[in-house]
Amino acid sequence: MSDTPVLTPAAQATRKRGLPVGGARRKGDTRTGRGFGFVLPYLPFLVAFGILPMIYAITLAFTTRKGKFIGLKNFTQAGNDFRFGPSFEHVFVYTAVWLAALIVFVVGLALVLHGRAGRASSTFRFLYYIPGALAGAASVLVWLFMLDPGVSPGTFLLHILGSHLFVESIAPGHLPFIFAMIAFWTGAGGWIVVLHGALNTIPHELEEAARIDGAGPVTIALRLKLPMIGKWIAYMVILSFATGTQLFVEPQLVNEASLGMVPDTWSSNQLAYQLAFRYGKFNEAAAVSVDLLLIGLIAAVIIVTRTGLFRRED
Amino acid sequence: MRLVTVRTLRFLLLAVFAVFFVAPMLWLLLAPTKSDNGLVTSNPFAFGSFHQIALAWDHLDGFSSHIYRRWIANSLLYAVSATLIVLVTAIPAGYGLALGTFRGRKTILTLTLVVMIMPAAALVLPIFLELNALKLIGSVLSVILPFAFYPFGVYIAYIYYSTSMPRDVLDAARIDGCGEWTTFRRIALPLAKPVIALVLFFSFVADWNNFFLPYAVLAKSSQYPIQVGLSNLLSSTPSFNPAVGGGGQQVNIFRPELALATLIAVVPVLIVFMLSQRSLVRGLLGGGVKE
Repeated sequence: MSDTPVLTPAAQATRKRGLPVGGARRKGDTRTGRGFGFVLPYLPFLVAFGILPMIYAITLAFTTRKGKFIGLKNFTQAGNDFRFGPSFEHVFVYTAVWLAALIVFVVGLALVLHGRAGRASSTFRFLYYIPGALAGAASVLVWLFMLDPGVSPGTFLLHILGSHLFVESIAPGHLPFIFAMIAFWTGAGGWIVVLHGALNTIPHELEEAARIDGAGPVTIALRLKLPMIGKWIAYMVILSFATGTQLFVEPQLVNEASLGMVPDTWSSNQLAYQLAFRYGKFNEAAAVSVDLLLIGLIAAVIIVTRTGLFRRED
Repeated sequence: MRLVTVRTLRFLLLAVFAVFFVAPMLWLLLAPTKSDNGLVTSNPFAFGSFHQIALAWDHLDGFSSHIYRRWIANSLLYAVSATLIVLVTAIPAGYGLALGTFRGRKTILTLTLVVMIMPAAALVLPIFLELNALKLIGSVLSVILPFAFYPFGVYIAYIYYSTSMPRDVLDAARIDGCGEWTTFRRIALPLAKPVIALVLFFSFVADWNNFFLPYAVLAKSSQYPIQVGLSNLLSSTPSFNPAVGGGGQQVNIFRPELALATLIAVVPVLIVFMLSQRSLVRGLLGGGVKE
């Protein structure tokens, strides 16, 4: 249950249907400044925990401890750290695996579910959604159990995959796949619900027309439905890409459960954290987190300005 | 004939995924009913006994002088107080952004959207560095205040007020002599009940499940929320960490205790889910907030 903006398919539909849009500034409405008082209590939070941290991290990243501007030196220094390359590599492999799983299975399941009759479909959607309650450390713990051949209900699967001991399950080469699976387990259900909502906004007549023209359910799913939810899939992919690069809790917990076999700088965010906490290198830590921040920021700006999924003006 | 096979295949596919999503939850639900040895020897989905649950709880509760209760209480404190602030700030902000005409409205809206879509984890270290400069690290406020910033809540309220709020009703209230505040409190706020439930749910869950921020900004284990507490518990159990427990510090935390700790940590999310379910079902499954 991430804070995925799940409401917008309907909001879009509402807009298309031309229901009253309240925010429209009327012609001749010359009063300015109305409504600012309502936003006022929220502003300090937006500034203090949204905007200032970014500005401060960027400032730190380009200066020395004493505040002297040094250009990109913190970035090159952090980049030359022997842990920097592997940490980004890990994160990108993980993100790639996760995105592939999301695109194939979430889109596939959403399409299959949308072709089914109401009750069965909503039961499945609910079952898929439940693990969302276990985001964070709880989900990682559950999967540590699932990967422990001693207690896992899937022991036979683990054996097929060649692991007979817990340490074999969490071998470094497996980690990107394991983390992708955990992320998929907790988040896929939410996305299926979102895509289902988007599929519901496709006018029924279109589907009917295609059926009359002789299209089967598979053709309708792939040729009609899929293109119509394209921007939602794009949104899911961009957002998940940005989220994936920020990986922290999963490797951190596996580090604690693996006697240090998995380094505590496995992901880039962990590296930034260790640079700040263990080594007190705040400026280098800021440089790494600005790298990550940029990925998130660019993804967010693309989604807001390019996909047209979010209402910004009326 | 062919139709039947397609249907069967489709059902099989859906069922396989249902097992993947549900089986771990089911296992977790049953694990505390068994001893650590029982977990290894008996069927993974067999029920043990209620007595084992009580035993597991005693061990868990005894860990580090009742610190588990403390973690749950901390999580409640952080999530509830932050969510209250979110409700008080985000609902009016969404209203103001949807119906206001003030200068800078679009800028605030765009900034809100961008920060909302950015992964929350991207801001944790910057927030940590900022709080560190302000010497706020280690304070409870360093968790609650960042939690209280929840742009998604503002966006939900904004979407609701800009799509579903009949402007004429508001104008009528104004003509009847209501001031801006009275119009909001008497008309706009009562109409937004389903939205309030949605914001409450998403904000509470996001705060409850957040690991990275409290992990970074809190110093003492007595201040940890449950998510960070779970990681602390994990590193204290010999089940995954054979180096622990062999030494002088003997703890009774094994896999059943760990499973129980995880299970209890999910309960508040489920309760809030039930409480806001009606609005959620309308908002999530039904397809959105509409009239």
